[in-house]
Amino acid sequence: MAELIQLEVTRYQPERDAAPRTETFDVPLRDDWTVLDALNYIKDREDGSLAYRWSCRMGVCGSCGMMVNGYPKLTCATFLVDYAEQREPVRVEPLAYFPIIRDLVVDLTDFLHKLRKVKPWLVVEKEKPLAEGEYKQTPAQLEQYKQFSMCINCLLCYAACPVIGLEPGFLGPAVIALARRYNLDNRDQGAGERLELCTERDGIWQCTFVGECSKVCPKNVDPAGAIQQYKIEAALHALKSFLLPWSAR
Amino acid sequence: MSAPTTAYTRHHPRWYRRRVSVWWWLESWRYTRFVLRELTSLSVGFFALVTLGLVAALAEGPGAYAIYLHWLRSPLSIFLHCVALFFIVYHAVTWFHLAPRAMVVRLGGQRLPDSAIIAANYLAWFAASGALFWLLLRGSQ
Repeated sequence: MAELIQLEVTRYQPERDAAPRTETFDVPLRDDWTVLDALNYIKDREDGSLAYRWSCRMGVCGSCGMMVNGYPKLTCATFLVDYAEQREPVRVEPLAYFPIIRDLVVDLTDFLHKLRKVKPWLVVEKEKPLAEGEYKQTPAQLEQYKQFSMCINCLLCYAACPVIGLEPGFLGPAVIALARRYNLDNRDQGAGERLELCTERDGIWQCTFVGECSKVCPKNVDPAGAIQQYKIEAALHALKSFLLPWSAR
Repeated sequence: MSAPTTAYTRHHPRWYRRRVSVWWWLESWRYTRFVLRELTSLSVGFFALVTLGLVAALAEGPGAYAIYLHWLRSPLSIFLHCVALFFIVYHAVTWFHLAPRAMVVRLGGQRLPDSAIIAANYLAWFAASGALFWLLLRGSQ
């Protein structure tokens, strides 16, 4: 008989539950099993009604983010053996601060709305004719924004950010890091539009530099760094337009 | 545990929205540390008030100034200063270690390592403190 590990999983079935509850499951403790494997085991063998998101199983799609023992984690990259020593069951909960739709599935509509607002694509005022060739970029120019382009929208950073919990309107770490990713791209011309949006009430100034977003990021994007750098840029821009009003933008 | 509700229909989900407790910052040491860093601003405010009080006492005359200096030497004042100094050092050290995240300095196309930026902050701190000590000690001779 294989060794077992207990998982305490949040359940919320809106057709019958007024509020989320927990359910405990015994799962085989295998060296190569992640928390996601354990959830798949539960769904296959114990309770087919368990709802959660997942896709790639290799830390690329960003679907399987959940709270494991209260900490935001990609469940496909979180191994059960790392929790084998603890006496209490491993707590698996939906990502913090997001509305829960069912069990471990949260509603991302608000995030997607914020993401669209910062225009996370190359904004070009006037496309150049095809005959002029491609938009070239040197390795040094790529290096400027590459780190911020690694974001997989897994939203662990939102679940780690207390500002998101307290000020739900805040654009949030990933959205601002992505705005910065495009601002730093030499092919993009949308920095002015994004600066206006990101310096509004729900933008960069809401961030108090808790820094947890960067610690939980599975791709080392460092959204906290992106926001602080954006703050410096915005402050310099404001100072410049105050001292040299004729050279605005 | 659960109660049947009627608001849910198959094509109209009923989201559960969680409330953030006012004690959220006590739930994890990571957040408590952050709130402590924010609270260090009270120590900065304390030192500013003490300095303003000193200037006000000086303006009032030698009598008031002597009383103020006497208060500054009291055990309570020394205790408060020690607590404030601890939090200000905590503030400075934590901020110096966060500085490289906000300051991206490139030299010859390469991003300067974090350690260089942290070291530069410490150097500036020591240089400013040294200059201040020199000024004060020179004045007291």
